[in-house]
Amino acid sequence: MIVELGHFALILALFVATIQTVMPLIGAHYRWSGWMAVGEAAASVQFLLVAASFGALTYAFVTSDFSVVLVVQNSHTLKPMLYKVSGVWGNHEGSLLLWSLILALFGASVGWFGANLPPTLRARVLAVQGSIGVAFLAFMLLTSNPFLRVAVPPFDGQDLNPLLQDPGLAFHPPFLYLGYVGLSVAFSFAVAALIEGRVDAAWGRWVRPWTLAAWIFLTIGIALGSWWAYYELGWGGFWFWDPVENASFMPWLIGAALLHSAIVVEKREALKAWTILLAILAFGFSLIGTFIVRSGVITSVHAFANDPERGVFILLILAFFMGGALMLFAARASAMEAKGLFAPVSRESALVANNLLLAVSCFVVFVGTIWPLVAELLWDRKLSVGEPFFNAAFTPFMVVLALLLPLGAMLSWKRAVVGRPLRALIPALVLAVSLGLLAYAMQTGRSALGPVGLGLGAWVVFGAMADLWQRAGRGTIGARFGRILRLPRADFGKFTAHTGFGVTVFAVAAMLAWQVEDIRTLRVGESFDLKGYTITLAAVEKENGPNYFTTLATMDITRNGAAIATVHPEKRVYPVAGMPTTEAGIDYGFTRDLYLVIGDAQDDGTWAVRSYFKPFANWIWGGALLMSLGGLISLADRRYRVAAGARARGRSGKAVPAE
Amino acid sequence: MIYRFIPALTLAFALITTPVLAVQPDEILADPVLESRARELSKDLRCLVCRNENIDDSNADLARDLRLLVRERLVAGDSDDAALAYIVDRYGEYVLLNPTSKGANLILWIAGPLMLLLGGAFAGNYLRRRRGLAESTPADLSVDEEKRLSEILKE
Repeated sequence: MIVELGHFALILALFVATIQTVMPLIGAHYRWSGWMAVGEAAASVQFLLVAASFGALTYAFVTSDFSVVLVVQNSHTLKPMLYKVSGVWGNHEGSLLLWSLILALFGASVGWFGANLPPTLRARVLAVQGSIGVAFLAFMLLTSNPFLRVAVPPFDGQDLNPLLQDPGLAFHPPFLYLGYVGLSVAFSFAVAALIEGRVDAAWGRWVRPWTLAAWIFLTIGIALGSWWAYYELGWGGFWFWDPVENASFMPWLIGAALLHSAIVVEKREALKAWTILLAILAFGFSLIGTFIVRSGVITSVHAFANDPERGVFILLILAFFMGGALMLFAARASAMEAKGLFAPVSRESALVANNLLLAVSCFVVFVGTIWPLVAELLWDRKLSVGEPFFNAAFTPFMVVLALLLPLGAMLSWKRAVVGRPLRALIPALVLAVSLGLLAYAMQTGRSALGPVGLGLGAWVVFGAMADLWQRAGRGTIGARFGRILRLPRADFGKFTAHTGFGVTVFAVAAMLAWQVEDIRTLRVGESFDLKGYTITLAAVEKENGPNYFTTLATMDITRNGAAIATVHPEKRVYPVAGMPTTEAGIDYGFTRDLYLVIGDAQDDGTWAVRSYFKPFANWIWGGALLMSLGGLISLADRRYRVAAGARARGRSGKAVPAE
Repeated sequence: MIYRFIPALTLAFALITTPVLAVQPDEILADPVLESRARELSKDLRCLVCRNENIDDSNADLARDLRLLVRERLVAGDSDDAALAYIVDRYGEYVLLNPTSKGANLILWIAGPLMLLLGGAFAGNYLRRRRGLAESTPADLSVDEEKRLSEILKE
């Protein structure tokens, strides 16, 4: 019964979304305030309906209602409660419902928090947001209905994929979707502005917090996925340049560019058309990501899951929204004349460079991702584009970005002199170069990767500090610190996010350059040395978990006789899903992880053991966390909270003073 | 990321009965120089039954066969390029994770730099226009304004 109610709520939501699309749009055109106001109510109702539907599906999973196909395919009575709940979105249909729920939530939030928007703009934003809802709700009801029943319910389910039975994975998709779908708000704002035919500083100020929020979620989602891959897949890789990963990385890159260009619109009323284009493209890449993940087209050219019907439907959604928005853009963009004037050496120009590098690097990822498809269609060549290509083609852009960042971030708006920030950056430069040289002298190999990565990372981090220090003005150290504390939160957000970027740049290079690997066979009781640590295989036992069998090893780590840690690498087999997984035994440390994996029993009674010394592993995700934290601090900036004042000032055309 | 390993592992399970490690201890060559060359080559070769995994990381049996084949060729005295060519001859271009720059693939490799040049030219043009306006507009008065100004000055 509850399942049917959920199904019914979903159908109702589709109707409400249709009303939300049509009425406000007409109302905004004829200036009928009653019709415009419908948008807000419809957005809230749509959210409540989709939430009820999502609740119904969750109820079916929690109570293990095996008369629902989806529950049969993805759940099991023995499964821990957390994974019964996360099973709701651990499959195509359920994740689509989560996607629609988040979409409706963002739409409703525009209604709740958008009281300061001009009524016509708000109505149009809600209408565009509603139209995306229509597309996805129709997609779900027509091709991927989560509420289908089975005629003869089985006694038990087929279990969720064991790889997904992990806390990291339970929360990875919701964050990713919050990011993907959050970008739809920027898209709606862009299309609404194109329909309105005006973009001003106020628009930049409204669109930035939404983009920022989406980007924060996307950053956390990507980092969670990468961290999960690191500890779960058994060899400690953290990024594979897989099409599905690229699908989340492309909107992240464009979103990062959009965050920066929206500042230029807000503060200087320049780059308007470009920012609109980025807002359209960011959501476009989210849709392309959805297409890649769900159609299976790109990987399925040679392999597995493939559902042409769903793929075609998503392609139609993509074509409609991108085609429509870009046509509107082509027709209206020339009307967005820029007001702000600036010299070639200025913060504006630095942000143009930032946008150029981020957009082109995204383009490289895009071309690399779709190239196998293109090559097969056009030249009938079956080929692969993998990690080596992306490492070679993508990395240079990040290197240049990191090189330019500290200087660009310190240039003043409008017309800058390079000398002053350059002088302030000298200590950062000296520190970075000497750290790089020191690392080069201390390391054993001749690879430049580690030292260059350290130098670049340090340059970005110390550059961010120098920026903050210079913003404090002149005077005694105490006076400067006092002034730093009174700086707007946006400055701290910028500092934190840029620091995070530097940390990640360094950590990725350090991991790739200085990782040590050891593969050997060991008898129980034997030990070996790895980078100054002594690792002993103390025991290997067979045990039973709640819904799996495991080979559980006990390995002791000591250093100079002192015990450091005892870890338990595992090899699990989930009998219901019939699938093995590897659980690495990891001793997490601030400057290094020791990553131990137990393999098969060999014929001579020994065990295969793989172990890694992974330098600065945690820093990779620490940097990502800092980036999202920086976004959060920036989001808390005062100028987004004094909304009413912002509107008045924005409309009178007097933008906030630069800086 | 979630969806990527599922088919690979399901298939891996269909092919083998117990999970194995990627590079097995018994595969490792005695000569450390040859072994490290083999590891480097393995990173550029695709495990054909997996999704976007190189043979160095993969658990599949076919990946193991390819790893052994690479080592066999290196022990037989092949250069890195010759060993790769040997494998591409048998398994096709698809096995290379690092695409060649031959033929149409040239487009793939130069797409990024080309886009940077194009975008750079576009951005440069935009910046020049912004500056041109920045320097000319405030200084130049329209004809009417000039007239009015001279009138005011006359008074």
